[in-house]
Amino acid sequence: MGAAPASRDVTSHGMGLAAPLALFFLVFFVAPLLQLLWLSLHNDTAALHWGLGQYLHFLTDPFSLSVLGSTLLLGAEVTAVCLLLGFPIAWLHQRVGPRLQTIIILIVLLPLLTSVVVRTFAWIVILGRQGIINATLQSLGIIDTPLKLLYTQFGVVIALAQVQMPLMTLPLITALGRIDPNLDDASCSLGAGSWRTFFRIVLPLSLPGVIAGCTLTYAAAITAFITQSLIGGGQMLFMPMYLYQQASTLQNWPFASAISIIFLLAVLAVVSVFTTLGRMSRGYGGA
Amino acid sequence: MAEAQGGRSLVVDAVTHRYPSGALAVENINLDIKGGEIIALLGPSGCGKTTLLRIIAGFIAQTQGRIIIGDDIVDALPPNRRAVGIVFQNYALFPHLSISENVGYGLAARGVDKASRQREAQRLLELVQLPAMAERLPRQLSGGQQQRVALARALAIKPSILLLDEPFAALDKNLRLDMQIEIKRLQRVSGITTLIVTHDQEEALSMADRVAVLGHGKLEQFGTPSDVYDRPQTLFVNTFVGSSNRMPGVVVSADRTAAKIRLDAGTEIIARPAGGALAEGRRVTVCIRPEHLQFVGDETGFAGVVGMSLPLGATVVHEVTTADGSGVKVSQARVGETRALENGAAVRLALLAPSLANAFPATL
Repeated sequence: MGAAPASRDVTSHGMGLAAPLALFFLVFFVAPLLQLLWLSLHNDTAALHWGLGQYLHFLTDPFSLSVLGSTLLLGAEVTAVCLLLGFPIAWLHQRVGPRLQTIIILIVLLPLLTSVVVRTFAWIVILGRQGIINATLQSLGIIDTPLKLLYTQFGVVIALAQVQMPLMTLPLITALGRIDPNLDDASCSLGAGSWRTFFRIVLPLSLPGVIAGCTLTYAAAITAFITQSLIGGGQMLFMPMYLYQQASTLQNWPFASAISIIFLLAVLAVVSVFTTLGRMSRGYGGA
Repeated sequence: MAEAQGGRSLVVDAVTHRYPSGALAVENINLDIKGGEIIALLGPSGCGKTTLLRIIAGFIAQTQGRIIIGDDIVDALPPNRRAVGIVFQNYALFPHLSISENVGYGLAARGVDKASRQREAQRLLELVQLPAMAERLPRQLSGGQQQRVALARALAIKPSILLLDEPFAALDKNLRLDMQIEIKRLQRVSGITTLIVTHDQEEALSMADRVAVLGHGKLEQFGTPSDVYDRPQTLFVNTFVGSSNRMPGVVVSADRTAAKIRLDAGTEIIARPAGGALAEGRRVTVCIRPEHLQFVGDETGFAGVVGMSLPLGATVVHEVTTADGSGVKVSQARVGETRALENGAAVRLALLAPSLANAFPATL
């Protein structure tokens, strides 16, 4: 280092620090991904004959397409629930004292501190035929026969929303925290009511957080293998389980690889739609 | 101070505010402000002036007392229905809206259609001399320009009262003077009753028709700039507004208008008893402004030794140590070649004229 030229660019050293992680990614992420791509481009399970047969099969098979569709829809529903429930919490966080703020953060983070498996089984206890919800409703005389909550789309959405909530709430809290509190007062003093202030000022300015939260929640929800399969049960099939069946049970690795690639592209497409929407809005202050 | 066109009066009637913790923020504040006046709310940070501003705007509900704008008691009205315009210290422009949209925001909230909004925004932007900025975003403007926009935005709702919170604190010195003149010009044109919150006494004295000095949540004095500067009612006002030497002394004789006081520094002077008559023999603190002291060549006045001399442009300030060991500052106008004073030179000091000193009962 002693012989470094006087005009060396200090920023260039940053790249060297990233090298270990880059190497790790190369070996354990990029390489398997390329292998997956290579595998998916074969028409037979032994991977001897090149071709686009696996992709053609998926894209012409109504069943496969319906699995993809229901998975993407599930992600959208979970994201919507998280956004609608998470925004008020994040908003509240900005308006309470420091002690309550700590409590809110703790509540938001709590799901992250318990294992996904434990949380999912807890939801089975809550949603089951003799579960807490059905038992309560029956004892109150509101329903006669237990409602079917477990093994339904509704059950999966609710359980996933709870599991993924921190991914939505934390970016929202950050985004709302960046908004100058004087803007609220300014809007109010100019004669705007709370709703106008919210829709014209708070919401547009929190859009970066909304986009980040939606992207994270969506990506996490559609790939949540454990919660999807345990709460969804045998009747509901989503892409992660479909993929697992093809690879593990049927040993059809080329088709499983094609499913992965298609799934990956579908997720990337949805995420880039989110990001584009965000960039189009002027609330994206960085521009 | 005639009633200006359009400005509504503002009465702060015995307003007291306690924080939830029980501590007093402001205590029994009474201000009677005529329509069209410019009032400065002057005080050090933490004196409660911002709290008072937020009470008038409606962001804080005071514990006791009333706020009356024109003929209306507005205590029950939320901020968005008080028609009070505010220019915030950091301007608080909406960063995602264009300048034109910022200025038209209050009109949109009142249901004014888009075309009229844009026309009115343009008119106001011309008033604040920024006609070409309508389509820009706030971050593309300089600090002074942003402040003009904030002012235009506040004026757009035709407020009955205009509140300015430390309006010049974020501007550099030259721009500050421009904006002070600008705001005074706009206030004259619009005739809006204006309240400026500031900790800068020069700003308060130069801008305001009357100055309300706040200290520790209490109103110390409410009067014209010359009242506040020349006839301070309390020791706090005398020392906070302008600079002042505090010299201890004892009352020799006194009536209501003048007191003869023997200073510990070793001379007798005539001072104005600021807080009413003073009893003979009473210990007092005498405040003398640096510009009211002069060096004398004869044996009058009191003796001292020159310490540091600071040339401050138009004036030179000398620090002089008196016989009783306390330090006083003497400000001398720099006329031609000012006589240089050696460090350690023995001098004698006297008041420029009698009654330029104010005597306050000593608190200790």
